[in-house]
Parts: sequence; structure tokens; C-alpha cells
Amino acid sequence: MNRIQQKLQENKKLLSLYFTAGYPAINDTMTILQQLQDSGVDMVEIGLPFSDPLADGPTIQESSTTALKNGMTTQLLFEQLKDVRKTIDIPLIVMGYFNPMLQYGVEKFCATCAEIGIDGIIMPDLPLAEYEAEYKAIFEKHGLLNVFLITPQTSDKRIRQIDAASDGFIYMVSSASTTGAQSGFGNTQSDYFERIDAMNLKNPQIVGFGISNSDTFQAATAFAKGAIIGSAFIKHITAHGANSVADFVKTIR
Amino acid sequence: MITETYQADERGYYGDFGGAFIPEMLYPNVEELRSQYIQIMQEPSFQKEFNQLLKDYVGRPTPLYYAERFSKKYNTKIYLKREDLCHTGAHKVNNTIGQILMAKRLGKNRIIAETGAGQHGVATATVCALMGLECIVYMGAIDIERQAPNVARMKMLGATVRPAMSGSRTLKDATNEAIRDWINNPVDTHYIIGSVVGPHPYPDMVARFQSVISEETKKQLQEVEGRENPDYVVACVGGGSNAAGLYYHYLDQPEVGIIAVEAAGKGIDTGESAATSALGREGIIHGSKTLLMQTPDGQITEPYSISAGLDYPGVGPMHANLFRTGRGEFISVTDDDAMQAGLELSKLEGIIPAIETSHALAIFEERKFKPDEVIVINLSGRGDKDLNTYIDYFKL
Repeated sequence: MNRIQQKLQENKKLLSLYFTAGYPAINDTMTILQQLQDSGVDMVEIGLPFSDPLADGPTIQESSTTALKNGMTTQLLFEQLKDVRKTIDIPLIVMGYFNPMLQYGVEKFCATCAEIGIDGIIMPDLPLAEYEAEYKAIFEKHGLLNVFLITPQTSDKRIRQIDAASDGFIYMVSSASTTGAQSGFGNTQSDYFERIDAMNLKNPQIVGFGISNSDTFQAATAFAKGAIIGSAFIKHITAHGANSVADFVKTIR
Repeated sequence: MITETYQADERGYYGDFGGAFIPEMLYPNVEELRSQYIQIMQEPSFQKEFNQLLKDYVGRPTPLYYAERFSKKYNTKIYLKREDLCHTGAHKVNNTIGQILMAKRLGKNRIIAETGAGQHGVATATVCALMGLECIVYMGAIDIERQAPNVARMKMLGATVRPAMSGSRTLKDATNEAIRDWINNPVDTHYIIGSVVGPHPYPDMVARFQSVISEETKKQLQEVEGRENPDYVVACVGGGSNAAGLYYHYLDQPEVGIIAVEAAGKGIDTGESAATSALGREGIIHGSKTLLMQTPDGQITEPYSISAGLDYPGVGPMHANLFRTGRGEFISVTDDDAMQAGLELSKLEGIIPAIETSHALAIFEERKFKPDEVIVINLSGRGDKDLNTYIDYFKL
């Protein structure tokens, strides 16, 4: 069983954090990962920076730009993660945009991820149809879970299709927005969270986008299995440095 | 036997290129459009309104003009399809008229667009004023500085111009910002993309709206030459919408040669170029699989051209396929050669072309044609907007 699947079976609400690899400094990747694990974070999305991150708001855009200026590349990230499984045992997901993966070679990318011990991949701009037609077999061969997104506008029919195609969790985007957009959840979110909960999907859901503090974490996990924090965490390490990870995690739970 | 076609298939693929590589947040909007665009375009009421506006508002049909002195200079027969005479000064408005009617039928009341030089922004602001719809145009902060007259035009037309501050702050980033706006406004908003780029169905839809160019050309050429098909159709290609319009009805007619002219900038090997076919590799940009300029690691790079309308790091998937299959002949033209050609057409024919168009006019020094060959060039836009660049370049 994949580490993600194991983690999802634990009887607790999961806290997952996203950070951009190569930010704030090029060699912070392992430092940040170690602190995340030591602080009790359940799962991590390692962001592979891209020049044109369409689904991201200003915070992740800027961290990506800085990471690329620092010299981050797909190859370098894989080198940094080479020995990650000697010290880190929580599930790790690589999150990014499809073009860098395509240029690296989808097969080679997946093989390298498997070798390192990466458990899953999130590529927001690799849609369901393309994935199933071209890449599913490659992901599966290397034991990588592909995580799909749903939003409040996703139809029930499509949610069922995505549920059927998923084998870990569904990334539930909290609202119609890019990352880091809002400061709280309203009735729209509660209705949406309840609606999805009532669908009794086979995959648990983890909520992302717009979660920044303890309140939003609680609200998001009232129904869902867990929540992902990205922009708020990046803002924190921008202000307090790469060694301040534990301070941030403490404020969430 | 399957007839070879260079049009898009049902999934929006031109050969290996196209598709819809979009985040799930955009899926409902794009799917809504994809599932309805052909049906809406074919409705008689849509056709009637579209054609009426093209005639009375845009000023179509645009003339197909035989450029006698220009032809004589290069010893061949050159016709200019006068899209520069369209309302707002370029072919861009053909598409914005079509898309605003599409948006209305989809029940959208808020319009967003991206713009580089400002031509598509002006064409979008124009149709929004015409229809009384809210209009927000994203434009790179750097482009806002260097295209002040078009910014003013958009404002006069009632549009809000929002600067794109991210990345290189030019067209690519304006497009990113427009896409982000659409993600944040998924219900009431239609995104009017200005070129044959973006996720399916945009490349095909925009090509269909621009196809009026070749539809008219066929009829007009029949009248003057006694044949619908020229020997060559020539157009400049940035994203490629004016080219797609001129090629459209000739794509599957192998006897018509297709010539695409890209911006070499300061030269293909100088690092300051926008010649995507020469410098690009297959990848994903703005939701489409196509040729694009990128680093070995897959980061999209910043192109350069003296012409703001040609400095896009990708090219529409139709054109990527024309290049890969060899159906199209791709030529790149430097800033200097384009500027000289623009000046030459002004002096020989009394027509000051947009600098984008000047690239297409510049091929004749190198690429020779026979005296009896008939060449149609898309004169995609007029040069008024480029006067400052012409002034600086020629010290006028």
C-alpha cells in the first residue's frame, strides 16, 4: 500500500503543507521537509516551480519566480530528494504544472519519483481525459497516485468520474479562485462541503485553497479528511525564514 | 479512405497539437463553450447578426487590392487583403464580434480579454461598448507604458485596463492574468481570447470567426483572376489569428501554398527573437499543446520582436501542425527587414501597414516567385498604432 493510502486510513484529520522547492533559498528543500515532519505534519506537497503558474495567486507565483531565479530545475529537485527516504517517512507528493514534467519526459519523471520514494503527483493542468488516454499506465506502473481537483462548479457527474479515476484522495478546491485568495469560509463553502460529503465518494477529500489558519483548517476538516495549506505557509517562511516551520504548524493545530 | 485535413478534429487536435490542458477550475467554462460553440455559430439568427455586424459595423467585405507597383518591383502578382480597413484598424474585430455574440448567447455579462500591443484589447472594448457589457482588459505593465494611445482608446470605450504585474509583464503574463480572472469568476464571465491559441475550442472557434477573410478572398479572386485559388497565401504569425483566417478555406487545397512569416527579432540566433517554429519545442502553453519557446527544463521564455503583436512565445496549434507536417512554409524576418518593407509599401502603394504585417511584406527580397504566380498577403492591420516605432526607427 502506498504511503498516502496508509495515511488516509489513520483516524485523524490530516494536515498537509505545500511549499515551493528552491524557496526561499535553493537548498532549503530538505531543511523544510525535515521540520515539517518533526512538527507532526501528515503529508507534504513539494512544489516544482513553473514560469507560468495559471492556477496560483501572487504568493505562489512570486515564490516560483524566486525559486527559478535561484536556479531550481526538475533535475536539481530530484537530486536534492535523492536520499529523502533515509530521514522522511511521511507521504510526499510532487505538485507542479505539466510542461516541465513533459519536457523531462513523463516516463523518466515517474520512474525517478518512484526511485526517490515520491508517493503521488498533482498536476492541475493535466486533465482527466488526457491523463487516462496517455499517461495513466505510466503513473500506475511506477506506483504513483495521481490526484485530481474538484471545485464548487464541478458537476456531480464529473465528480463521480474523477472519483472513479482516483485511488487516493480528491483535492477539493474550496472556492472558485486561484491559490491564496480568501480569508475565511462562508455559506457557499459549507453548502459545498456538505454536498460533497453527502455524495459518499470512495476517495476521501482533502480541502485546499484559502486555508490559512486554525479557523479555516477546522472549518475545512469538519467534513473533509484533511486540509492543505500553501500560500499562508509560504508567507510565513518569507517573513520568518526557512527555520521557522514549527512556529507556523503550531498555530494551525 | 480518409481525406487529409489540416482542420481541428473533435477533440481540438491539429495532428499532434491542440487539446485542452487546463486546470479543473476552468473545466466547466471551457466545457460549456466546447459543447455549444458550433451549434450556436450555425444558428441562423447568429449567422444573421454576425454577418450584419461584419457588413455594417466592421465594414466588410474588405477589398482585395492588386498592388501594382509593389508587384512590379518583385516581378510577380501580389494582392493585398485589406483587413487594415476594418473598423478599429485590424482583423482582430472579426473575432471579437463573433465572440461577443457567443457570450451573449451563453448568458454572460462580463467580458475579459488579454492584449499585447492593445489591438485585441481595443477590438474587445469596442464590441463591449457596442453591446453594453462590462469589459476588463489585462495588459502587461510594460506594454501599458509603450502603447499609451491604445490604452487611452480602451478607456474611452469604457473598458477597465488592468496591468499584469507578474513575470515579464507582457502578453504572456496578461494572458495568465486573464485566465486567473476566469478561474475567479466562473459563472458570469466570458473570456475573449484574441488569437488562435488557448484550450480547445478557442483555436478552432477563433479560426472560424476569422475565416471570413479567406471566404471573401475566394470570391474576390474569382472575379479578378477567374480562379478562387491563389498560388500562395502569405501572413505574419504571432499567435496566428490573421494567418488562420487567410489560410482557413485553403488549408485542404494542396495546390495553394501556405507561407507563414514569423518575427526573427534581432536574428534567430541572437536570443532576441520570436521565431517559434525555429526556436520552439513541443510543450504546453495557455492550455494548448503546441510549439513554444522554453528552457530545456520547460520554463516558458520571453520572446522579442519590434512588433508587440508578434512577441508571443507560442504559436497556435494549427500553425504548429502546418510546420511539422510541412504543409506550411515558415520564413522568419528580422526587425530591420520588416521595418524597411513597411516603409517600402508606404511609398509604393500609399498604405502604411502595421509592423506585424510588415513582416509578411518583407519576404520578397529572399523568396522569389514567378511572374504569373498569384500571391495573396493578409494586410492584417494599419500602421497608425505603430507610428511612434516608425518615428523612432527612421528618425522621421
